[in-house]
Amino acid sequence: MDTILGRYKNLIVLAAILFAQIIALAVQVRRPTQEGEIRLLRVWAIAAVTPVEKAVVHTENWLRDKWEGYLYLRSVRRENQQLHDEIARMKLEQVRLSEDATMARRIQTLLAFKEQYVDSTIAAQVIGTSGSEQSRVLYIDKGSNDGVKPDMAVITPTGIVGKIVQVSPGSAQVLPINDQLSGVGAALKDSRLQGILKGASNGTTTLQYIMSDEPVKPGEVVITSGGDRIFPKGLLVGTVASVEPGKDLFLNIRVIPSARLDRLEEVLVVTKIEEKLPDTKDLGPIRASDILSERLPGLPATQDANAAGNTQGAVSGTAAAGQSNSALGAAASKPGTAGTAKPPAPNAVSGVSTAKPATPPGSVPLKPNPTQAAKPAGGAASPVVKPAQTEGSSTGTTTAKPPAQKPPATAPADTQATPPTTQSTSPPTTPPNAGEPPPQ
Amino acid sequence: MTAPAMPFRGSYTSREQVAAYEFNWLAIILIPLVAIFIQAFLTAKLRWLAILDLPMMVVVFFAVARRNPISGCIMGAIIGLLQDALGGPAHPIGMYGITDTVIGYMASSLGVKIDVENPGTRFLIIYVFFVVHQGVYYGVGHGLLRQSLQWSWSHVAIGALANAVVAVFLFQMLDRFKQR
Repeated sequence: MDTILGRYKNLIVLAAILFAQIIALAVQVRRPTQEGEIRLLRVWAIAAVTPVEKAVVHTENWLRDKWEGYLYLRSVRRENQQLHDEIARMKLEQVRLSEDATMARRIQTLLAFKEQYVDSTIAAQVIGTSGSEQSRVLYIDKGSNDGVKPDMAVITPTGIVGKIVQVSPGSAQVLPINDQLSGVGAALKDSRLQGILKGASNGTTTLQYIMSDEPVKPGEVVITSGGDRIFPKGLLVGTVASVEPGKDLFLNIRVIPSARLDRLEEVLVVTKIEEKLPDTKDLGPIRASDILSERLPGLPATQDANAAGNTQGAVSGTAAAGQSNSALGAAASKPGTAGTAKPPAPNAVSGVSTAKPATPPGSVPLKPNPTQAAKPAGGAASPVVKPAQTEGSSTGTTTAKPPAQKPPATAPADTQATPPTTQSTSPPTTPPNAGEPPPQ
Repeated sequence: MTAPAMPFRGSYTSREQVAAYEFNWLAIILIPLVAIFIQAFLTAKLRWLAILDLPMMVVVFFAVARRNPISGCIMGAIIGLLQDALGGPAHPIGMYGITDTVIGYMASSLGVKIDVENPGTRFLIIYVFFVVHQGVYYGVGHGLLRQSLQWSWSHVAIGALANAVVAVFLFQMLDRFKQR
């Protein structure tokens, strides 16, 4: 027995060490650590490595600051001139952007749209990585002592980086978006198509779960959708590099991250995200017509004139005249949309909304066309409207029926103040699909 | 009749292997730690440097120099587990541990049989061991843990070449820590 043990001593030791590690692997796979919990070995390794990394990085930064502060001043004058020019150009641009921003804030207020704001951030320095090709995690020099917690977003001015996965007192581990375990709710900026951005073991990132019949082109900008509840909506993610058909009817969209994930130095940890309505103190009072104009379907400029003519009688006397009139008229005059147009808030134009549209004698009732139903103007506050059956005669007599439309879910208080004075006296309007059979 | 007990000389070398080298305890502890630190630190600045595997080179160096499979296994396991500890959630502790244990055992077994002082031999063994290292890692990740790892022969070949070139110079540097 001793001879056998002595002869195969090396192999037995090898087998024993391997067996112990395989058991350890199996335990980890079977019982993954709870959120925030870290293996003791990781704590020791991080505690041993990160202080040295911090010291080296901070020394490097100190030296760089000195270099840039004293020896790099030669180009400052030229750079100063360039910056002055840049400021002048940006001032002009700011005027235009502030107008756009004001309008956007007003619209958001009208729609009771709560926006996510990055309330506070912590600047952190990248001090190390896992060191392996397969795991792409990063280490930053801020930890639980600085208020960093798991699942906080990590960003740079150029784009998102990843999220915090493990935190120790003086450092934290960041899972970048190109790691194979990462998943980020993302959307294409222009088409608003939403998917999930996933990393791969080779460090590439792909936008998944976008149907293959959707038009996606290389160069499109990808932003966060906010669906993952980690990254605020609208942050820059990257640009589409290539689009290929993938598995199961989905596209395989390769995305190049905007942030240079392979050369990160400083990052921002988002420690607080606040959801609030935009500040509208300086925007002045909100008119009922503004609300209506935002909730009604849009109107192409070429149809404005016709629309106004068609709908003058229909909504005459409505307090929400002006923009809302033209919009309503547009809906009525559009082929196929007469019965499905979204009326304004019920209180505002109750005479219209509860009455059935007039139909000329002999014409059959209007069939609703679900595919052409007006889409909500935006947000959750848009009302869902069912088309009313058409009855009556050209005299404009209307018969009230049970509610043909649902009121808006969150109608702003201003809409309640609009007097319901409308009586339908409009000339008969024959919709193009009037010859179709009545709805069941 | 029993052989007289030999006094402990503070050597880390197997007493059976005459040609085996000893190392200072400090070097045995610090060299792997420095290798792991440099690996983690440099890849934060230049991501492509992750293709190098300094801890594996250190495992091979100590294993072939000491020519003791048991110490090679243990050294490989410890260095590998430390590497694992710095990995992320996709990297359970033990993946590099198993890989470096196997490499440590193989390198020390090989060191008993062939001359590993020659730069050409060193180049070749590091080239081969890097491929084996990647193969074992892939086997553990894909076979045991069902991870979606990708295998690319060209990538492995380039990585092996880069590691072999660096290892030749690194081994020459580390030779200074050898003690007879």
